[in-house]
Amino acid sequence: MRLPVGVRVALVGPNGAGKSTLLKAIAGLLPVRSGEICIYGRPVGACHHRVAYLPQRGDVDWRFPIIVRDLVLTGRYVHLGWLRRPGRRDLEITAEVLDRLGLSPLAERQIGQLSGGQQQRALLARALAQDSDLLLLDEPLNAVDADTRAVLAEVLDDLRDRKKTVVVATHDLGRLESDFDGALYLSEGRETPPPPGAFVGDESWKVFGRYSQI
Amino acid sequence: MHWLIDPFRYSFMQTGLLAAALVGVTCAVLGVYVVLRRMAFIGDALAHTALPGLVVAYLRGWNLFGGAIVAGLLTALGIGWLSRREAIREDTAIGIVFTGMFALGILLASAARSFRDLSHMLFGNLLGVTPADLALIAGAAGLVLCALSLFHKELELTSFDPLQAEVIGLRPDTLRYGLLMLLALAVVAGIQAVGVLLTSALLVTPAAAASLLTDRLPRMMLVATLIAVGSAVFGLYASYYFDVASGAAIVLACTVLFGLAWGVRAIRRET
Repeated sequence: MRLPVGVRVALVGPNGAGKSTLLKAIAGLLPVRSGEICIYGRPVGACHHRVAYLPQRGDVDWRFPIIVRDLVLTGRYVHLGWLRRPGRRDLEITAEVLDRLGLSPLAERQIGQLSGGQQQRALLARALAQDSDLLLLDEPLNAVDADTRAVLAEVLDDLRDRKKTVVVATHDLGRLESDFDGALYLSEGRETPPPPGAFVGDESWKVFGRYSQI
Repeated sequence: MHWLIDPFRYSFMQTGLLAAALVGVTCAVLGVYVVLRRMAFIGDALAHTALPGLVVAYLRGWNLFGGAIVAGLLTALGIGWLSRREAIREDTAIGIVFTGMFALGILLASAARSFRDLSHMLFGNLLGVTPADLALIAGAAGLVLCALSLFHKELELTSFDPLQAEVIGLRPDTLRYGLLMLLALAVVAGIQAVGVLLTSALLVTPAAAASLLTDRLPRMMLVATLIAVGSAVFGLYASYYFDVASGAAIVLACTVLFGLAWGVRAIRRET
């Protein structure tokens, strides 16, 4: 299967269908047992700076003494490499993303002082600050407030305008039409035909376009 | 004011003061990571495992510091290696390696019948720091502080979000090894001041007290440093005027300051 550049695809399936596993494999967190994953024609791990990943339940230690702005700034680290410190451009991007997600008033707070939805938004902000071409979002709509949902819908539109490729794992089938260009249905680790009447979007993306192969 | 300045007419007091300050800064700054990454137990273990290195170096007439560093680095690598296979958990691996090494140290010392020198290793002796020791402590301190400052952003990220660190291609395991090496260096410097048994207090107590007072990392490092250096200087005076063990006085001062920090936090919460 191949994904063209600049589409927003939903991975839909019940729990245990393998959505998270697929995203983790693309992010380079899991070894691939059979088959092969290429991102922009290169193997996983060869272009970290082009892939951002928002895990469903991250590993973040929310009690760690770091403020929201600096958390988002860590999204820039992938472009810095060893020894270099974030520069003015990185701070500008961070400020802009914070603003876009409505987090500016919270920027000085320690990360543990945010609500669950705000924490999720902060992590989304970091993924955006990374400014990568392929975004992998694992259940970003799970257990978040209405505010965050609205922000996410805006972000998805914005990402399409910027020609970014987005893959979102979700079991929330409502409102798919407006947020995505297409949907891919998974069950027990394999692609399955969409259920009758379900949203599939414009199928052309499966064939055409410049590919960010998966 | 005489009583403040008088002790420093003696060169051993000057050396002791410098050593105390260097050890305080190093252990406090590194200790913030130790506390935040829940590595308190391994810090204690590294200090204990330096003992056989110290004893062997002493018996052979080598530099004690060198012996301790070799033992500390070997332990850091050994613990990392044992627990990487996941056959046993890390805290179990630490428990096995540290008691084994400590017992080996005691055994070697008892075979050589040098228990009096053993007590200096166990409890430290700031007033006995030689200029050569001081140079090595300064070297260790410089190395640790430089490394922490150069790799701050990587250490910070792997400490609070190892998953993201992995996604962007950092290896949390490699950084962990690096941190264990730095810990071994800091611990060996700390042994000169407070001895094998109490070194982990210098790593943990000031940083823990600082973590009660602020939730910003740089400020936490600064506060921890002030607490550690203040306690070290206090311990030195106590040792000079009241002829008590300097290491114990330093650690107790840290403990008292931790109690104060606890109180300050409780009062802040009330208001």
